[in-house]
Amino acid sequence: MNNQRSFFSNIDWVTVFIYLALCTIGWFNIHAAVFDERHPGILDFETNYGKQFLFILIAMAVAIVILLLESRFITALSPAFYGITVFLLMLVLVVGRNVGGNQAWISLGGGFRLQPSEFAKFTTCLLLARYLSGPNIKITEFRSFLIGGAIIGFPMLLIMLQPDMGSTLVFMSFIFVLYREGLSPYFLIIGALFIALFVTAILFNPLHVIGVIVILSLLVIFLMRKNKRIVYTMVAGLAICVVFVLSVKFIYNNVLQPHQKVRIDIVLGIKKDLKGKGYNVNQSKIAIGSGKLWGKGYLHGTQTKYSFVPEQSTDFIFCTVGEEWGFAGSVVMLGLYLFLILRLIMIAERQRSPFSRIYAYGAASIIFFHVMINIGMTIGLVPVIGIPLPFVSYGGSSLLSFTILLFVLIKLDSNRMGIV
Amino acid sequence: MNSFFERRYVIAGIFITIIITLLARLFYIQIIDDRYALYASNNVRRQVIKYPSRGAILDRNGKILVQNQILYDITVIPKQVKPFDTIEFCKLLGIDKTTFYKQWTKAVKYSPNLSSIFEKQIPAETFASIRERLSEFPGFDSSPRYLRVYPDSVAAQFLGFIGEVTDRDIKRSNGYYHSGDYIGVTGVEKAYETVLKGQRGVENQMVDSRGRRKGSYANGMFDTAATPGQRLTSSLDIRIQRLGEKLMKDKVGSIVAIDPSTGEILCFISSPTYDPNLLVGRERGNNAAKLYNNPYSPMLIRPIQAYYPPGSSFKPLSALIALQEGIITPQTTYFCPHYYMAGNHRVNCEHFDGVTDLRKGIAMSCNTYFCNVFDRVMNAKGPKNTRNTFINWRDDVNKFGFGVKLDVDLPNERRGNVPTPLHYDKIFGESHWRSSTIISLAIGQGELLSTPLQMANVECTIANHGYYYRPHLIRAIGDKQISKAEYIQKNYVGIDSGYFEPVIDGMQQVVESGTAAAARIPGIVMCGKTGTAQNPHGKNHSIFVAFAPRDHPKIAIAVIVENAGFGATYAAPIASYIVEKYLKDTISKPRGEVEYIMNKNLLPDTLNYKIHGARKPLIKDSLKKLKEDSVARQRQMKSASRKNKKNTTNRFLAAQTIYKEDE
Repeated sequence: MNNQRSFFSNIDWVTVFIYLALCTIGWFNIHAAVFDERHPGILDFETNYGKQFLFILIAMAVAIVILLLESRFITALSPAFYGITVFLLMLVLVVGRNVGGNQAWISLGGGFRLQPSEFAKFTTCLLLARYLSGPNIKITEFRSFLIGGAIIGFPMLLIMLQPDMGSTLVFMSFIFVLYREGLSPYFLIIGALFIALFVTAILFNPLHVIGVIVILSLLVIFLMRKNKRIVYTMVAGLAICVVFVLSVKFIYNNVLQPHQKVRIDIVLGIKKDLKGKGYNVNQSKIAIGSGKLWGKGYLHGTQTKYSFVPEQSTDFIFCTVGEEWGFAGSVVMLGLYLFLILRLIMIAERQRSPFSRIYAYGAASIIFFHVMINIGMTIGLVPVIGIPLPFVSYGGSSLLSFTILLFVLIKLDSNRMGIV
Repeated sequence: MNSFFERRYVIAGIFITIIITLLARLFYIQIIDDRYALYASNNVRRQVIKYPSRGAILDRNGKILVQNQILYDITVIPKQVKPFDTIEFCKLLGIDKTTFYKQWTKAVKYSPNLSSIFEKQIPAETFASIRERLSEFPGFDSSPRYLRVYPDSVAAQFLGFIGEVTDRDIKRSNGYYHSGDYIGVTGVEKAYETVLKGQRGVENQMVDSRGRRKGSYANGMFDTAATPGQRLTSSLDIRIQRLGEKLMKDKVGSIVAIDPSTGEILCFISSPTYDPNLLVGRERGNNAAKLYNNPYSPMLIRPIQAYYPPGSSFKPLSALIALQEGIITPQTTYFCPHYYMAGNHRVNCEHFDGVTDLRKGIAMSCNTYFCNVFDRVMNAKGPKNTRNTFINWRDDVNKFGFGVKLDVDLPNERRGNVPTPLHYDKIFGESHWRSSTIISLAIGQGELLSTPLQMANVECTIANHGYYYRPHLIRAIGDKQISKAEYIQKNYVGIDSGYFEPVIDGMQQVVESGTAAAARIPGIVMCGKTGTAQNPHGKNHSIFVAFAPRDHPKIAIAVIVENAGFGATYAAPIASYIVEKYLKDTISKPRGEVEYIMNKNLLPDTLNYKIHGARKPLIKDSLKKLKEDSVARQRQMKSASRKNKKNTTNRFLAAQTIYKEDE
C-alpha cells in the first residue's frame, strides 16, 4: 500500500520534532537535577542521565520499528496487547518489586525494571479505540458504555491494587475520549461538580455546604417551576448531592489512605507540615520559585542538585526546569506540551478512521493528564501524586510507553489516507 | 468526522484553560512571590565563622609567654570513604587497629554524611608528614585548631586564662559572642580581650539537604577573612619572673618588681602558682576545679588582690611624711629603751637602739623611733585635733598609692586599706581617739593593709624622689608602643625631693649594715627595708622592699613571703637574687644558698591558713560549665546539626535570621 517514500513523507514531522525536543530537554534536566561531580559527563552510564540517554536511544529504535510496522498489525493485535498488559498487571501483584510502597515493578535484571502500568495506558487506549470504532457501537448506548467502561476499569482496578493512585487516576483521562465520541456532557459537568463538592465538603462544614446547595437548587427550581422535567432532575440531583456531601467525610476518613488525606489537606491549605508530609511540595515550590524569570542557569540550580527536592529526576523533574530556566523555561516547556496536545487533537480530527481518531484523543488525553497532574503537583495545585512528566522524567518504562503511545499514533496518522 | 466534531473545541478549550492556570500559578510563584528565592538561598547557605588566632603575649625582650599552638584534627566523612589500606592508614596516624575501628564506628554512628573528628589534636610536626599522604584516603580531611600554649609555664596569674563565654558575656557583647566562643576570663587575657581576640571572619558555604559541604556560596562574594588578634608585648622580664617563681616554690606570697623610671612591671609573681597549661585542653575543667579547691588559692592574683600589713616597710613613708610636715629633721633623735609606751600600751622594739636618728631608725627598723615620730605627727596640732590631723595624714598616705587603686592594667585590682577616721569613731566614739590609740599605724600594722603592688610602687616613688609612674604590664600592642598619657605622667606624692636623701641613706644602711645586711649585692648599691608583718593567723610574714641601684634606679621590688618570720630571713635574700639577676644577669651568691631558699617549704598549715583580708576567688561560671574545651565545642556542633537533619524548618528559620542580620 505504501512505498518507502510516501511512508516517510506522510509522517507528522512537527510531532516528531516536539517529541525529540522534549526528550532532549528531559535528558539535560536530569543531568542537572542529579549532577554528580564524580561523574560529570552527561554520557556516563553509571548515572541516571547516562542511562536516560540509553533509554532515549532504545525508545527511538522502538519508534522506528513502530513506523515500519503495518498499521493493520497494530489494530489487529490490540486485544492481545491489552491481554498481555493485564496479565503483567496481575503478575506484578504477585512477583513485583515493592518500591516506595507501590508494588509496580517487575525486575528485568541488570538494574532495569519494567513498570506494566505505564504500558497499560497505551494498550487500554488501543483496545478502547478498537472497541469504540467497531460497527454499530455508540457510546450513548448503555451496553457500549458499560463495555467501554470495563475496558478502562479493569486495568484501573488492577493498578489500584498495587496501589498506584497516580496511574489509576490517569485512566480518568479517557473521559475526554468518551466525551468526544458522544458521551453526554453531563458526565464532565457532574464530574467537575463532584470534585468541587468534594473540596468544599472537606474545607467547610458539610451541613453548611448542603444548606447552600439546597438554597441554590430551590432558587433554580422556583425559577424553572414551569418546566417539570428540570424540576424533577434538580430534585434528584439535589438528593444525590446531599448524599455525596454527607458521605465525603466518610470516604475521606475511611477510604483514603492517611498519606493521601494529608496530601489533599496540604493542597487545600488545611495542614502546613513543612518538614513532614508537606516537605516535598514546599521544597519543590522553593526550587521553582527561586528560578525567577530567567532561572539560575544550566547546572547552577542548588535546590534540586543538592537534593532538597526529593525525586528530583523523576516525578519532580519540573523543579529543575523551573529553577534553572526560570519562568521563561516553564513557559517554553508548557508551551511545547500544549502545542503537542493541540497538534494531536488536530491530527485526531483529520483521521478518516474512527479508530485512529479515538486513539489520538486517547493519547492526547493521557499526555495532557500527566502534564496537568505532574506540574500541578510541583507547584502545589494538585495533591502529590507520583506520575511522571511525559518524555522528560527519568525512567525507561515511562519514556518507552509514551514513545510507543505517540509513535503508534504517528504511524496511524501516516496511513490516514488508507482505510484501516 | 462524526456528529460530535464540534466537541474538539470544548476539549481543546479545557486543555488550554488548565495549562494557562498552571502558567498563571507559575507566574505567581516565580515572578511575583519573592519568598521562594530567599528560602532557596537559606536552604543552601550556611555561614561558618572563621575564628582568628588569638594574639600572642611576649615578655619585654620578645620571649614568648603565651602563643597559639596549631593542632590538627583528622576528620572523616564515612560516606565518602573509598576502600583503602587500613594498616597503612593506621601507621600514618600512629594508631592501632582497635583504635581505628573504635573511631570508625563512632564516626559512622554519628553520621555517615557529616564530618566528624577521627583523631584529635595532632601536633604540627607530626601532621606535616600526614598532610602529604592524606589525599590518598578520600573521605578523610583535616581541620586546624588553635590552643593556648605557655612554653615556659610562667606568669599564670598575670596572663590569666580564657574560657567559654557565659550567658552574661553574650548579652553584654550585643551578640558578638556566640555560645561556645572563648573570652579572656582573668588577667591580661581579660584586660586586653578586645585587642587579643582579633576580628572574626565569615565563610558562606553551600550545603546540600543533608548538610554536606558543596563549595562556597556565590563564589565567596559575601565572605570575610578573619584578622588575627594582635601581639602584646608585656613589660615582664621572663628571666626574673622564672627565677622568682622558682624561689617562691612551696611558699605563699608575692613578688612585684617595677622599673621606677617607667612604671613597667618587671615581675609579677603570685605564689603558689600553677602551670597555665593546665587550663588548656581536655583536662582543663578538672584542673581548674582542683586549683579552686587548693587551700592556698593559686588562682588569687596576689600582687593586686592579697592584703598584707606593710609592717616595717612602711617606716620610710612614715618618716617622709613627718619630714615634709617639718615635724622632724634628719637629725632629730629619740632614745630607744627597747620599747615604746603609748599610754599604757607597750610597743616592743626588737633591739635596744639607744639614741636613734632617722638614718639609724630606718637602718635598724627601730619601732620606738617611729612611734615617737608618729605621735609627734598626730599631735602636731594638739591632741584635740587628732581627727583632722589624721585625715591629712591619711591623704598623704593615699598619695603614695596606699588605700587606693593604682589602676594597673589588669582586672579586679583591690585597693588595700588605710583606715578612715570613721572607722575609729565607730570603735572609740567620735574624736575619742588619740595617737596612742592608733600607734600601730606607725609601724605599718593595725588596720593598714596593702597589696604587694602598692608596696613596690612606694619603692618606685622613693627611688624617683617623690613621684611614680602608673604601674602597668603591657608596653606594646602589635608593633606599636603604648603611649598613653597616664603612663608618662609623673604622679607626685607631695613630698619635696630633698627629704628623700636621708631616708634613702637609711635604706642603704639597711642593706649595707642594717637588718638586711645578708642581702647585700656586691657591686650594686641597693636600698631596702625589711618588714615583719604580724599575722594574726600564724607566723609573721616576711617582707622586704627595695630599689636598686641607688643612683638611677632601675628596679623597685616588694617581696612578701607569708608565714616566714623576719623580713631579713627570706624576703630580703629573694629580693637580692632577683635584683641582681635583673641588673647583672647572674647571681653572685653560692648556688647552694639560692637552692636552699628554692627548696625550702614554708607552706603554712592548711588548717590555719587564711588569706588576710582577701576573698577567695569565686569559681567562674565558665569554668563550671566547661569540662573540656575543644571536645565540648565539637559536641555542641554535633547536636545542633543533628537537630537540623531532622528538622528542616528549624534550619530554614535559623538561616533566615542569619540572612536578615546580614542585611
